[in-house]
Amino acid sequence: MTDFLKTRFLVPLVAVLALMGLAYVGVQANLQWVLGVVIPYLALFVFFEGLLFKIIGWARSPVPFRIPTTCAQQQSLPWIERTLADKLDNPTTFFQVLGRMALEVLTFRSLFRNTRTELQKEEKYPEGARLVHWSYKWLWLGAILFHYGFLIVFLRHLRFFLEPVPGFVKLLDAVDGFLVFTTPTMYISGILLLAGASYLLFRRLANPQVRYISLAADYFPLFLILGIAGTGFLLRYLYHTDVNAVKQLAIGLVTFKPVVPPGISSLFYMHLLLVSVLFMYFPFSKLMHMPGVFLSPTRNLASNNRWRLHVNPWNYPVKIHTYMDQENEYREAMVEAGIPVEIQPEAAAEKE
Amino acid sequence: MAKVPSPQELAKVNYQIPAQDWLHTKPEFRPGTYVNAAQPKWLEMINYPYPRAWSVTDDDWKLPPDWKEIILRGMEERLDRFRSLKLFFDICVRCGACADKCHFYLGTGDPKNMPVLRAELLRSVYRRYFKTAGKLLGELAGARDLDEAVLKEWFYYLHQCTICRRCSVFCPYGIDMAEMTILGRELLSSVGLNIDWTAASVASCYTKGSHIGATPQAFKDMIDFLAEENERITGITCEVPINKKGAEILFITPSGDYFADPGSYTMMGYLLLFKYLDLDYTMSTYAAEGGNFGWFTSHEMGKRLNAKMYEEAKRLKVKWILGGECGHMWRVCNQYMPTFYGEVPTFLEVPKSPITGTVFEHAKVHRMVHISEFTADLIRHNKLKFDVSRNAHIMLTFHDSCNTSRGMGIFEEPRYIINNVLPEGHFFEMPPNTIREKTFCCGASAGLNADEYMETRMKGGFPRANALRYVAEKYGVNHLGCICALDRATLPPLVSYWIPGMEVTGITELVGNALVFPDEIERTTDLRDRPLVGFEEAEEEEEA
Repeated sequence: MTDFLKTRFLVPLVAVLALMGLAYVGVQANLQWVLGVVIPYLALFVFFEGLLFKIIGWARSPVPFRIPTTCAQQQSLPWIERTLADKLDNPTTFFQVLGRMALEVLTFRSLFRNTRTELQKEEKYPEGARLVHWSYKWLWLGAILFHYGFLIVFLRHLRFFLEPVPGFVKLLDAVDGFLVFTTPTMYISGILLLAGASYLLFRRLANPQVRYISLAADYFPLFLILGIAGTGFLLRYLYHTDVNAVKQLAIGLVTFKPVVPPGISSLFYMHLLLVSVLFMYFPFSKLMHMPGVFLSPTRNLASNNRWRLHVNPWNYPVKIHTYMDQENEYREAMVEAGIPVEIQPEAAAEKE
Repeated sequence: MAKVPSPQELAKVNYQIPAQDWLHTKPEFRPGTYVNAAQPKWLEMINYPYPRAWSVTDDDWKLPPDWKEIILRGMEERLDRFRSLKLFFDICVRCGACADKCHFYLGTGDPKNMPVLRAELLRSVYRRYFKTAGKLLGELAGARDLDEAVLKEWFYYLHQCTICRRCSVFCPYGIDMAEMTILGRELLSSVGLNIDWTAASVASCYTKGSHIGATPQAFKDMIDFLAEENERITGITCEVPINKKGAEILFITPSGDYFADPGSYTMMGYLLLFKYLDLDYTMSTYAAEGGNFGWFTSHEMGKRLNAKMYEEAKRLKVKWILGGECGHMWRVCNQYMPTFYGEVPTFLEVPKSPITGTVFEHAKVHRMVHISEFTADLIRHNKLKFDVSRNAHIMLTFHDSCNTSRGMGIFEEPRYIINNVLPEGHFFEMPPNTIREKTFCCGASAGLNADEYMETRMKGGFPRANALRYVAEKYGVNHLGCICALDRATLPPLVSYWIPGMEVTGITELVGNALVFPDEIERTTDLRDRPLVGFEEAEEEEEA
């Protein structure tokens, strides 16, 4: 194991384990108020403040040029057909942009294009090699499973915070848990989340190129999320805690009448602390790709630059070499070559 | 000049990852893998900062004493001006989807050519000076001090990016290395680090009118020569109006089209087409360059060169501008030009084809039309008479140029023209993952088509050449078509290295071959003086 892998991989791993240890110690020291109320509130505060701060920070910088990545036929002559797919990959109107963004955000359109290039031996070619560009959807699949798993798990958790539980949460619960071969029912989303996150971690370690580019900031959120999903899994299926007490705590938090009921296990506080840390970490990390994708100028702009003027707010005049500069330098040669000029050489000589 | 290793050697790309952490590996400036430093005279001509004589292989690059402050201040300014930069620095998750999409990575195997890592070279400095985590945790947060070694690394790798945007097609957040490369090169420029090939082209274009530095009279000479060539081959006299006031259309094309083969054949094609239509147009000695190497070094220089187009259109009182076949010219024209200008160029009219009456509504603000759009419209309206058998010696595949693909989306117009000027069954597409929005770069765009850079160029062009090899073997393709003048400069050495015998052609050249004039002489050759199918023997007899 190289040094950098040690620091980049092990430091975040130890950090997440230490956080769990901290939660355990906190419970032993009767700091449930800190773990169950103070830190969650702090986390939410940091999350929203940080998110706002970052997004405003981005928004303050203008988009000087309209630079969408055009991934399909442009809109030009009326008889050149543009299919719906073309319109979504090279949008020219607001609604087409909306469609492109929806595909990007909901289906990871760009990642779906992914290919994997392989250098193969090819005896038939004089250079002895060929590049084959395979379609490669595994990363897309892993990412989709992970993100949708996470989203559903997140939404399901609303049942802890809302009383009465809204219909859609109940429905989600029912659909998610339709495979009734365990007690309590196994949630598919939880499995997807764990499987997706494990795949992403596995890929980061197994693929030498990806391992090479990975930073501690790439492993830390993965460990954090695996820790959250892992403790959640244990809480639900193996080491149950008093769910009513947990709900009391959660409702207390959202109604700003915090209570810390007894009977909640240390495992739950580990879970909660990791979630709190995830929230606090979010605005200052790569997890900001979530709001960031909406602002990406290569995706969220219409490709209509030739018929709608895009104004650069900091556009400034620049020094240019004018036509007259050229003519003044080459006037006689131009006339000799039969190129029309603005001022005839005689007139120019007179001026001087 | 360094000798380029054989194709067999270059095709053995080593993708092994180095044992050492990327934060500490340093580039080796080996001849053939870098472009020479800019001579001071070029920078002086365009008032660029810190002109000085220095060499890439020197230890001391003679940086200004406060270079570090200049770079960091420059970075801060650009973060404030470009949301793209801020965002692309902040939101990358290092998933690596972009890694094997870059032709330079595929060709060199150097991990720092994975777009994600090339961007990290800049990001690591951003984190160290602009992010709390980087300030506190240093390397653990992927941050590092800005020192001369880092700057040299930027210089090396930012000139192994051709601003082709292929990575941005695959990035789930649309992160665009091209954007970071341009801004990174701006930073390098701000402390006087420029490459000679670009600086020379920019300075020549700025002061004289075109990248090749032709004077107005030399420009006219070249154009006249090509007109005479046309006359010799077709019997058609096509005089080219230059700086003609009051013409309807100003035609602007890259200097590559009139400077050297095979671009010159495309130029002959334009001239024949315009003659055929009896078009009221003019070319200009001032706006004599369609391309824009300025944009490869900075947004500002891009604007300083681009400004000539509208200025000249205004002076000559034309109605609209017609643009030739060029890649980055059209990225600039399509995505930057009206914004550079800042307002609708009301001295022009909405472009309308004088032949078909078609109003180019999609260019109603820009007021400039792409020659492929213009020609496709003519063909659609049956305004051109073709003899496709004159292209029967050509088995064609089409290379979508990076900039017209991913910065414009002009895919169907050239294909429509191709299908109308070639005999049936003479056009074949390369594999789908290597064309259209997924097209591979020629490997030498963005100011990197310098001779001293040949080894890296051949590596960077390997994915393109390899896809071409596939159709050459499978279908007997012998011509690579493109609508890019830079391609016509960079692809010939590439294909002669990887696939000897392959030719590179512009699309309007094929139009010129096929166009039938009522009063032409019998044509026995194409515009390149090669015998047409059926006239091979006559040619041989003549030679005997």
